[in-house]
Amino acid sequence: MSLVNFTAREITCKIVYYGPGRSGKTTNLQYVYGRVPESRRGRMVSLATQTDRTLFFDFLPLELGSISGFSTKFQLYTVPGQSYYNATRKLVLQSADGVVFVADSQARRFDDNLESLQNLQDNLLAQGVDIRQLPVVFQYNKQDLPRDLILTHEEMDDALNFRSVHSFAGDALRGTGVFETLRGISELVLKRLASGAAVG
Amino acid sequence: MTVTLNPLYRFDTFVVGSANRLAVTAAKAVAESPGTVYNPLFIYARPGLGKTHLLMGLGHAARAIDPALQVEYLTLDEFVEAFHAAIAAGHGEAYRKRFLDVDLLLVDDVQFLTHRREMQAELLRLTDALQTTNRQIVLTSDRPPAEIEALDERLIRRFAGGLIIDVAAPDYETRVAILRRKAEERRVSFADGVLEAIASLDIDNVRELLGALNRLVAFQAVSDRLVDAEQARGLVGGAAGSRGSGAVVSGTGAAPGAEPAAPPPRGPAAPPDEFSDFLTEISATVAQQVDAWRTQIGAAILRWEGEGYRTGRLQKLLDQDVVPDPAQALRDFECDVQRLRDLEAETAELAADLVGSAAFRDPGDLAAAESLLARARDGAVAPAAPSPLWRMDDWVEGPSAKVALEAARTVMKEPGARYNPLVIVGGGGAGKTHLLHAIGNALAERSSSPVACLGAPEYTGELIEAIDRDAVGIWRSRYRRVAAFLLDDVHLIADTDRTQDELFLLYNVLLESDRQMIFTSAVPLAELRGLEPRLRTRLEGGLVVELTVPDREVRERIVTRELEAKTGASDAALVEHLAARPVDSVRMLVAQLQRVLNAAEARSVPPSVPLAREVLDGVLPGPPAEAPATVRARRPSGQRSSGIVAPTAGGARSREKMVWEWPELADRLLEDWR
Repeated sequence: MSLVNFTAREITCKIVYYGPGRSGKTTNLQYVYGRVPESRRGRMVSLATQTDRTLFFDFLPLELGSISGFSTKFQLYTVPGQSYYNATRKLVLQSADGVVFVADSQARRFDDNLESLQNLQDNLLAQGVDIRQLPVVFQYNKQDLPRDLILTHEEMDDALNFRSVHSFAGDALRGTGVFETLRGISELVLKRLASGAAVG
Repeated sequence: MTVTLNPLYRFDTFVVGSANRLAVTAAKAVAESPGTVYNPLFIYARPGLGKTHLLMGLGHAARAIDPALQVEYLTLDEFVEAFHAAIAAGHGEAYRKRFLDVDLLLVDDVQFLTHRREMQAELLRLTDALQTTNRQIVLTSDRPPAEIEALDERLIRRFAGGLIIDVAAPDYETRVAILRRKAEERRVSFADGVLEAIASLDIDNVRELLGALNRLVAFQAVSDRLVDAEQARGLVGGAAGSRGSGAVVSGTGAAPGAEPAAPPPRGPAAPPDEFSDFLTEISATVAQQVDAWRTQIGAAILRWEGEGYRTGRLQKLLDQDVVPDPAQALRDFECDVQRLRDLEAETAELAADLVGSAAFRDPGDLAAAESLLARARDGAVAPAAPSPLWRMDDWVEGPSAKVALEAARTVMKEPGARYNPLVIVGGGGAGKTHLLHAIGNALAERSSSPVACLGAPEYTGELIEAIDRDAVGIWRSRYRRVAAFLLDDVHLIADTDRTQDELFLLYNVLLESDRQMIFTSAVPLAELRGLEPRLRTRLEGGLVVELTVPDREVRERIVTRELEAKTGASDAALVEHLAARPVDSVRMLVAQLQRVLNAAEARSVPPSVPLAREVLDGVLPGPPAEAPATVRARRPSGQRSSGIVAPTAGGARSREKMVWEWPELADRLLEDWR
């Protein structure tokens, strides 16, 4: 994806929320959606199953307006977390400018987190993208749950964040850490502009 | 005079809302890279909307990033007052200079420029000067430039050339945020809904809003219970009608259920405008990243200008909205700068005085630099070298030249170390030139650098030509890179002022770097007229040796060598005869021999003493004459030793007049004339 189009004076960022099923990716988007003035947000497209699981993907277009003369748009996507939707995940992941990995902090979901992270790496690699080169942040969701059920931020970092990228504690349901995470990934993505890596 | 930045007026104490987001973003961008992004930055807003706060916040932020930055804040009134005071005291220039040294100049309330033509001109001049040197100027006003009465059109255009941005009245959410932040700063708690109620009043001036808060704080401090929303509204301005939407709930008392006005979509505990905060952050990041190339180019301009290079090419990029590949443009520029450096370095080898030429400072015009190098190359032809015909091996040693020869050997062995300069003095034909070139050849063999060996007239001629071609520097450098400098007939530079100047300069350069200099002169230095004392004393300060009239031993050897070289044999009698003849130079000796050889060749006879007598002395062959050594033979009238036939004076043959000295004198005159 062309991140910055100098001719059309447009900036478009595609940010994908990735993670195991039920980790809170859609909740993140819903919270953002709830905070954005109507004039700034497009229709949130959510294709969910009857049991409220994301079937295809969620898509939230955000119009940030004219910034430095550039019409700036963010496109937030989520992928279906369930392992059998890998084809969809690959599709959504294409041309992503940045990835938010929403991990479930519950100790019992430890393996799911690892499996999803591995899956992210594999899918990126299949598209010729080295995860080390892509802006990625972690959100450890559900940190509001009782301490004995979850791993702490540090423990989650130890388990998943071996490259020491930015990580945020989250409670997507109440909004804790949601905008911090979005800001974190946005800045990483935008800062890539300086290197010209994604300039079109 | 200049107000210190208020420590409370910082960006982090400035509440950002939709009404001021752009201005804050621009101010942050300017603070991060003053002089490169928006210059000048002109912020206008109605009173009480935070212009001064923003301006000082910008100053604080810029100083936090670069503590060395010279930041100056002042209001226009102070600016005017100080200027008038300076002018009155006769320190106008010092006052101007003071502002030109400021990196970030913050001028508040420029609306007071109205009808002040003199100050407008001063500000225009200052704005131009600051822009030229990439220094930042930020101005605030309560109205846009075009609405400042009687403002110079040029100033309006200057301001429009940067960024003019307004701060609008804060919206409801921003007012709530401002009130909350101020309440927090004062560590005062209010009942739920109170601040929202105040914010919903028709107060869109932040100062008045804070005044309202002050009243509330004061009232609550003296009452024994928290003020409720209704009371608050009554206290602050019952007259000011609520313009809030129906969302403003008239909370009764300190009812915990009172909802804030315009509640966020979810969760009352959530900050009021997360999205706005997010947007502000992202705006700053985007501005920073999208305009990063401007910052890079701005930095590059500063850097290269600092190194003395012209940056017009980069400046032009900044004028464009879009530069397809700024990184490449910078690389190209650096590449050209490197090329200039290479060209300059090469030129330095050829013509040191061309180093630092403006042509080597303009990456936009490589052709000029290349042309300069080409000129240097043209002028860098090697100086005249010693003639290979004159070798030391050919030099005939004898007592008369012993000192000179010894000095020459020392110089050849240790050039520049012992006798520098070496000055060889001697009459015409004494062998000065031979010795000079012979030494030059010997020195050239042991040095990789060229050895210059030329006559003084030639040296002067080159200088005249160089002056004519405006290439004196190049010509000068030609001689400054030689291993040794040998100048024949230095006496001939008498009365040539410029040549003497150049020689003096060259002398000093070469002496300083221990490079050998040898001069010859036909005139003893003490008798040399028309030579500047500074040069003569320097020549005298070296070793002056004399080549005298060749003695008989030398003459014998020379005649023998010449005879063997030209006839393959040597006639001892002829050698003795010729060597016995007193001559005052080797050249004369060789000329006499040559005349004998010519006559012998014409008559197809071997050269012999009788023939020599006939040719040189006019003695016809006959009975054996007196001993050659004592010959004072007469010769045919009109015939001189030089071989030139002079008109006879009626065939008179006066032996008295046929004295040896007389024809010799004629010869010498003729030789000198030639």
